[in-house]
Amino acid sequence: MNNSAARANILQRLRKETPPGLPLSGEGRSCTLVADASCSSPDKGRLGGVSSFDWDKAERVRRFTERMQAVRAEIHHADRHNWLEVLVEICQAKGLNNLLLSPNTAWGQTITAQAERFPSLRHYDQPIDDWKEEMFYGIDAAFTATRGGIAETGTLILWPDAEEPRQMSLVPPIHIAVLETDQLYTTFAAAVQKQGWVETGLPTNALLVSGPSKSADIEQTLAYGVHGPKELVVILV
Amino acid sequence: MISEFRQHVIENLAKPKVRANFRKAMDGLMQRRLDQFPDPQELDRIRTQAQAIRANALSKLPELLEQLEARLTANGIHVHWAETTEQANQTVLAIMQQHDAKTLIKGKSMVSEEMGLNHFLEAHGIDALESDLGEFILQLAHEPPSHIVAPAIHKSRQDVAKLFNEKFPDIPYTENIDELTQAARTILRDKFYSADIGLSGVNFAVAETGTLCLVENEGNGRMSTTVPRVHIAVTGIEKVVEKFSDIPPLLSILTRSATGQPITTYFNMISSPRKPGEKDGPEEVHLVLLDNGRSNIYSDPELLATLRCIRCGACMNHCPVYTRIGGHSYGTVYPGPIGIILEPQKAGLDVHGELTQASTLCGACGEVCPVRIPIPTLINRLRFEGVRKDASTTPGTGSRRKLQEAAAWKAWSWSASHPAVYNFGATAATRLQGMLPTNMSAWTNVRSAPKLAEKTLHERLKDLGVADE
Repeated sequence: MNNSAARANILQRLRKETPPGLPLSGEGRSCTLVADASCSSPDKGRLGGVSSFDWDKAERVRRFTERMQAVRAEIHHADRHNWLEVLVEICQAKGLNNLLLSPNTAWGQTITAQAERFPSLRHYDQPIDDWKEEMFYGIDAAFTATRGGIAETGTLILWPDAEEPRQMSLVPPIHIAVLETDQLYTTFAAAVQKQGWVETGLPTNALLVSGPSKSADIEQTLAYGVHGPKELVVILV
Repeated sequence: MISEFRQHVIENLAKPKVRANFRKAMDGLMQRRLDQFPDPQELDRIRTQAQAIRANALSKLPELLEQLEARLTANGIHVHWAETTEQANQTVLAIMQQHDAKTLIKGKSMVSEEMGLNHFLEAHGIDALESDLGEFILQLAHEPPSHIVAPAIHKSRQDVAKLFNEKFPDIPYTENIDELTQAARTILRDKFYSADIGLSGVNFAVAETGTLCLVENEGNGRMSTTVPRVHIAVTGIEKVVEKFSDIPPLLSILTRSATGQPITTYFNMISSPRKPGEKDGPEEVHLVLLDNGRSNIYSDPELLATLRCIRCGACMNHCPVYTRIGGHSYGTVYPGPIGIILEPQKAGLDVHGELTQASTLCGACGEVCPVRIPIPTLINRLRFEGVRKDASTTPGTGSRRKLQEAAAWKAWSWSASHPAVYNFGATAATRLQGMLPTNMSAWTNVRSAPKLAEKTLHERLKDLGVADE
């Protein structure tokens, strides 16, 4: 649709000089420019521009766990040796018939090597259009890695890719995610900065996930499991 | 004759249930916001920071829009510009037609409400379905949102239960909120599965990286922007920010101000359509940039602050007028304090100028605004614009001027600068106080008539021995 005229008109109006002689009863553009100059680097002097937190790893884990549990996410503390056991137990406890995962990530390889201990493993190995019905109505749970976490808000960072596509953390009713505590940052701003999001370039879709899907649209009362996963399970390694 | 707005107010004030729903919800939202900002100094600082980020973006708006367009285009996202809601609607329709699409599934978008998109598409044989739980309920009830963040806040669980029972008789009647929510999930899941195109709003658009950011709790925004083959985002031109590093502080103050959450369940950052090798996500992404009066607001150095708004709704949550009259009384897309300054500027003071009266000027809205929009100052400015004679850039300037009122103020101003006339008038008023009518129509319906003093101020001061200069 041709909208070059609309574009030119809008930009022209935005570039028009401010009409002279209008009364100013409060602040004006001059003030906003002052605010701009004094805050040209809003993050200066404080980590992440939100607060000057200085939490060590244990504190980050504690905060993350507390925030996540406050929104009914399930948190499991594990280590490099026993995380697989923990995952097996989760699958059993939830009575899963199947588990969607990528067999090519380091985590996925480990799981696949002991496939007999798990419910039927499914792979997202074709474009969604070829198996959309199963994805929507047949998958019980999906397992994904994460790119990191945020302690302040109890948040997972996901950068879905060809191995672990976007719908894995969205469509199945249960999402099981593994988070390495080394990748647990204090704030969102710290994660963006330390992982160099702007420098490396953002992916097709980056996500922050803080708990299972929820709504308070009826009487401001929280209800879980609206359109996204009903349950979010995080294994901290 | 009573205006439509006043008629709405009278009707809505007489609905005790709806008023109770608003009161309860607003009290909850205010408390939850307060709990998120325990330290007033921190709040002060982050409000200043958020204001600076938004003011900075607006100071470079044309350049940032060009940068955003260039980045998005480089990322593979199609950018469309619309001066009016009609153009924006036509753009969405054209994309739908290109794909021979018949169904649209929508994430929550106030700009699409502004466009009247659902009605427009229906008229062209396209089924537009709301998927946000609150918006879904309202679409079933054929009602507009009454709050920009919590659209169905005026409805009780019983209202929703009755509505669901009427529209979906197969589902057993329930007033249980979890069960109602699950029913909506089941119904909408099929719709997500089969919808041709998904539509969403945008909370922030980042010029530096060409990224569209969406804030939500339910996952319907992610579904609408992930599952269908085409995603159309609609947004106002003011939503752009300069740098990606502007996002974390804005996101934090937005969710804390809006619903008192440290963060929402999902923060969705979209920078491109599906890339080669990726297995899902839309193959096409479009962004429609809507002006609809915003560039005109931009031309005024004071009113420009209106465009800093990040649509958190805190101003309405804290407004004593909004809480009592409810969101539907305003008759506009955006209700509450931000609505009464935004809508008259967009549609004209001749159309919505009366809304500027829907404020006690208590100042609460300005005090809680995360980007420090001086809402009370702007309300005053627009009240003034409504009655001024000389032109300004706001459409409908001077349209609320009434000859009688103007003459009365002129007479008062003249008498106040002529002491002999003023003293004569004041003395006469005190002596004739008994003749003041006790029945003064609307005023005395709910109040006693005012009573004038027995002596003028000048006389009383003279009695006290103050010299007359």
